[in-house]
Amino acid sequence: MTGSDQNKAPGSIGGSIGSVRDQVRQPLWLLAELTYACPLQCPYCSNPMDFANVKKELTTEEWLDVFRQARAMGATQLGLSGGEPLTRPDLVELVREARKMGFYTNLITSGVGMDASKVAELKEAGLDHIQVSFQASSEDLNNLIAGTDAFKHKIEMAKAVKANGYPMVLCFVTHRQNIGQMDEILDLAINLEADYVELATTQYYGWAMHNRDQLLPLKEQLEEAEAVAHRYQEEQKGKMKIYYVVPDYYEDRPKACMNGWGNVFLTVTPDGTALPCHAARELPGMTLPNVKDMSVEEIWHGSDDFNKFRGFEWMSEPCRSCDEKEKDFGGCRCQAYMLTGDATNTDPVCSKSPNRHLVDEAIAKGRLESEKPVDEAKPLVFRNPKNSKLISGL
Amino acid sequence: MTARVFNADSIPVLALGYRFQWEPAQNCNVLLYPEGMVKLNGAAGEILKRISEKKQTVAELIAELTVAFEGADLGDDVYQFLEEAFNNDWIRPE
Repeated sequence: MTGSDQNKAPGSIGGSIGSVRDQVRQPLWLLAELTYACPLQCPYCSNPMDFANVKKELTTEEWLDVFRQARAMGATQLGLSGGEPLTRPDLVELVREARKMGFYTNLITSGVGMDASKVAELKEAGLDHIQVSFQASSEDLNNLIAGTDAFKHKIEMAKAVKANGYPMVLCFVTHRQNIGQMDEILDLAINLEADYVELATTQYYGWAMHNRDQLLPLKEQLEEAEAVAHRYQEEQKGKMKIYYVVPDYYEDRPKACMNGWGNVFLTVTPDGTALPCHAARELPGMTLPNVKDMSVEEIWHGSDDFNKFRGFEWMSEPCRSCDEKEKDFGGCRCQAYMLTGDATNTDPVCSKSPNRHLVDEAIAKGRLESEKPVDEAKPLVFRNPKNSKLISGL
Repeated sequence: MTARVFNADSIPVLALGYRFQWEPAQNCNVLLYPEGMVKLNGAAGEILKRISEKKQTVAELIAELTVAFEGADLGDDVYQFLEEAFNNDWIRPE
């Protein structure tokens, strides 16, 4: 996953779809992770560690069938993500058909593998929106983090996107290694005449969790970055919209993850596994229904996975009796599981959680790591098939 | 009170990246935009539908709506809606 769809929170571009959750649950948001193939190796990727295990991707016709089913159930937003979706040779065809079905089509891309004629081709096919992700503002750091020499190309692609009549939506995923560059990041966005900038904070799933000690920002870094972001927000009013979201580790209430489990989001992974969120594969006891075996309707309404954390019955204390449970749904199930070992626990980000100390300890560990001299610090583990196989024992 | 953005001669258009459509599953008109959706009530739907379908001045838009709604005096309501829609970044004057 190259973009920021891992980072949606109320107030971000994606948060707005939450305003429609006043009726029957519908998969309004279909995130199609078309492929795990990606020319970048970002160490904060939210793809699963064992992605190299997935060999067989859904075919064009299988994807179109998923699109049709979700559309009939009310889906309006289609996110085309990955991996890098541009590596799918049928991307233009998928866009064209999805657009015909009435989807609002969002391409979430690193821009690597794109050229100006590809942008024009996607435009002609009816693509509604392109989001280009950047790793940092400077060429060196960007390329270091992406594990490839991509920066200049990204700038060109951002310009090509705008030249084709799209709003320019840039996404910067922030973490300890680049958050100190907030000024430079926003200056770059201004130079490029971006319409929207999303300063998406790294969330700790998949590869990012593995690299958490090296990625978690320090409190003083955040305070400074926030001040910078707010200053630019004021200055750019009416010109460029800047979305800034505080990382949840530094909040005292959890995020309303996915706007509620099985409520509006449906993720389909490259091999056809349907998930209530892109990280849910790592939870224990998941049945991992596949769109090749049953209908999207059956999966959405009938599967154990999608019903697991709907409503409030599954909650433990302090969520169960909390008067904020309808606001944040107890936070993130994956985070609760990863940090406490029990997915029904309160997201430990919450100050009411008896496990909040786990988050504070992670923050302290990150600081300790940041104080080590360079040659003693843990290296970042880059997201690539070799590391995937190594770590997952494939 | 801030100055009005629209007058009788201005031509309202949907903002970049916004799309209007009828949603059968929601049983209402919606505005779609990057990674989001707004459900529209009846009046908002009638106005935005016309804005999305053809370029015309606010005066022409009001005249068309007045015919469609059998002579109702809609002028003030339309202006008020256009200003709100502009403040929400849904539309802009061409």
